[in-house]
Amino acid sequence: MQLDSKIPKGDLADKWTNYKSKVKLVSPANKRRIEVIVIGSGLAGASAAASMAEMGYKVKCFCFQDSPRRAHSIAAQGGINAAKNYQNDGDSVFRLFYDTIKGGDFRSREANVHRLAEVSASIIDQCVAQGVPFAREYGGLLANRSFGGVQVSRTFYASGQTGQQLLLGAYSALSRQIGKGQVEMFNRHEMLDVVMIDGKARGIISRELITGKIDRHFGHAVVLASGGYGNVFFLSTNAMGSNVTAAWKAHKRGALMANPCFTQIHPTCIPVAGEHQSKLTLMSESLRNDGRVWVPKKKEDCNKDPRQIKEEDRDYYLERIYPAFGNLVPRDVASRAAKYMVDEGRGVGKTGVAVYLDFSDAIKRLGKHVIEERYSNLFEMYQRITDENPYEQPMRIYPAVHYTMGGLWVDYELSTNIPGLYAIGEANFSDHGANRLGASALMQGLADGYFVLPYTIGNYLANEIRVDAIPTTHVAFDEAEKKVKDRIAKLLSIQGNQTVDHFHKKLGKIMWDKCGMSRHGDGLRQAQKEIAQLREEFWSDVYIPGTDAEFNPELEKAGRVADFLELGELMVLDALTREESCGGHFREEFRTAEGEADRRDDLFTFVSAWNHTGVGQEAELVKEELEFNNVELKVRSYK
Amino acid sequence: MKVKVKVWRQKNAKDKGGFKEYEVLTDPDSSFLEMMDVLNQDLLNKKEDPVAFDHDCREGICGACSMYINGQPHGPSKGTTTCQLHMRSFKNGDSITIEPWRASAFPVIKDLVVDRTAFDRIIQAGGYISVNTGNAVDANSIPIEKDKADEAFAAAACIGCGACVAACKNASAMLFVSAKVSHLALLPQGAPEADLRAAKMLNQMDEEGFGSCTNTQACEAMCPKEISIKHIARLNRQFFKSGFSGNQ
Repeated sequence: MQLDSKIPKGDLADKWTNYKSKVKLVSPANKRRIEVIVIGSGLAGASAAASMAEMGYKVKCFCFQDSPRRAHSIAAQGGINAAKNYQNDGDSVFRLFYDTIKGGDFRSREANVHRLAEVSASIIDQCVAQGVPFAREYGGLLANRSFGGVQVSRTFYASGQTGQQLLLGAYSALSRQIGKGQVEMFNRHEMLDVVMIDGKARGIISRELITGKIDRHFGHAVVLASGGYGNVFFLSTNAMGSNVTAAWKAHKRGALMANPCFTQIHPTCIPVAGEHQSKLTLMSESLRNDGRVWVPKKKEDCNKDPRQIKEEDRDYYLERIYPAFGNLVPRDVASRAAKYMVDEGRGVGKTGVAVYLDFSDAIKRLGKHVIEERYSNLFEMYQRITDENPYEQPMRIYPAVHYTMGGLWVDYELSTNIPGLYAIGEANFSDHGANRLGASALMQGLADGYFVLPYTIGNYLANEIRVDAIPTTHVAFDEAEKKVKDRIAKLLSIQGNQTVDHFHKKLGKIMWDKCGMSRHGDGLRQAQKEIAQLREEFWSDVYIPGTDAEFNPELEKAGRVADFLELGELMVLDALTREESCGGHFREEFRTAEGEADRRDDLFTFVSAWNHTGVGQEAELVKEELEFNNVELKVRSYK
Repeated sequence: MKVKVKVWRQKNAKDKGGFKEYEVLTDPDSSFLEMMDVLNQDLLNKKEDPVAFDHDCREGICGACSMYINGQPHGPSKGTTTCQLHMRSFKNGDSITIEPWRASAFPVIKDLVVDRTAFDRIIQAGGYISVNTGNAVDANSIPIEKDKADEAFAAAACIGCGACVAACKNASAMLFVSAKVSHLALLPQGAPEADLRAAKMLNQMDEEGFGSCTNTQACEAMCPKEISIKHIARLNRQFFKSGFSGNQ
């Protein structure tokens, strides 16, 4: 199989402008006849659905939550990047592009990333126009802060609830179109298959979660905005319902999955407290603007009250090892450093698996009220969960799974290799390479949804204007629906002895131990066997109560975990074949003498796109070579 | 620690429903929903039907969780959603009563899960600024006083959980509606539609069968995001204005 990334010709800075001037258009009369299905209502899905509806397309949007406003983008805290240079600190489109490419450890596509940086400024304009209440200075203008991996202040924010405010903005635009009848919204619906006709995506099969009814929906195109797959680890900062199912069904229909092993472990999360832990809570990276990360120099100090440990007995290890970026090194670097401290036996807290994030200096320097204004909701959340007051004692934090850079392979137009099937937001792989910079997920989700897909999808739909809506009585819908129903029947027929969570937790532990913050060939090979075996156990011993014709959350969960059990194996295979360390993918065998990532550009400057060949069978690797014409591949150094 | 929970069980919208009691072994550092997870794993191990409840982010921001705990929406901790409530707020041996939101505009789907799509329809009726993608001017060309921006943000922090409705003896949605009306009316971008917006949203609220506001202030006391009832006053002003300008 050959992959065509469809990168436009010309200079990097002109590609998007040229593309937009030449892209095919669909006339208003024809837009009215064209139907587009959007799966997911987060930042990418809601913004895409709203924008396409405004343009005149007929849109159907699906979400599994009880309202589109609850998509997990809502939980993003710290901010959104944009190359506005409002702070006059030397920021530019090129710098945002460069920081993102470098932050991603040179494993993303230049043209896509440059476009992202170009449209970033328009996102802020759009959001302000919608009424997103970003933080402001006393002069009435927008405030900015810094995030990891960069040396400028280009992050816009709304307290520690930026994702919420941006999502509510996109939700309001979506709601306006629902009110007008231009978008038909399907809450509490789950997509369970893509329908393919003559090699093109032509619709979906969905399940109404309240009644269990299986429905058929036609679309001239299908857009997956279904988010990331971090919940494969069971414990992550994702919402409980976040899942890979929509993307995975597309993958099994032939869409390639790219770089699935690139997962982001976020350095500042509240540590695991006990065995009943159901999820992990992020403490925004923005806290590293003012918080200092440290562990005791001496192991015997680890159980002491941190306030009693003298300054000279503290090891501010990020400031020590990475003086240029200090506490604001990128996430992958900060996470690994925390792991090393804990591995050395210098971890703190009851479990010994945590490091300190300390605000006492910042409170002394700026006053408590400034810290309150910047982070009060985060501090409150921390206190509610841990019962400790971070104004008075340092936070305890530890890395946790947060984001997946990998996802469905897409070309420059955000189309998967299946014509008519698009993937946007976290569901695709395109912009973050092997590590995402903080405050860039919100930027990418909204860039894709507001400013990229609505243009690029026209290039495909312009050729579809003569296609009338295909009746859902078509044999391809029959076949897909039967497959969905058979699988549900099979799940319910097992009636075994273990709960769905039992398997999910086991899978999560395998993934975290062997395909988490650091990976080793031996562990990965072991994980392959363990996952295959766990999957077999699942399909012979899982217990799901109730029927398919009712509201049955255990059945929903079972379907999602079944997909995670297949995805996990692919992630491990991807990690095994990528014999280098880059970004969030750290192979213990490939590190420099200083312990840093040993990236092997001569061998691995490519995207690993995987073609599904059957469950339990090794997927086929298709490579997209990455070309760098505008940046020099350097060893990433934050020292 | 061990607690006794009395949970509302209702098979579906048509079922009459009733309380059932269970004992759960939990620990003080567990969240309330993690306690419910343990209960459900126990039930599943006994091949009984687990308790259905809405939940998703478990970080207090998505607004999905919605339990009425010991007579209070989201339970005893002030300014806290059910998912952020921890078992350390209870004592060993406590009895805890758990019900769904009770409001005719929020019909029960199953057990503790209710249908809150009425809130979505209120937003669809007018809870937005009418601006298409691509219409925006440069973000800094509209300076906004910091105090106003902060106040708009405080109103916009509403998570749409419905606790205000559950707390109100009239099941009024005024706090929810007023928070959105205030958020947008406080900003210059939202001013042109302010009157019409208030009128449209209030009409939809009435149509959905929410009760009227009699100023008991229970909504503010129970709101997990501590949204202030001064927004209701602002909404009332806006509504009268819209009436006088003939926008009803």
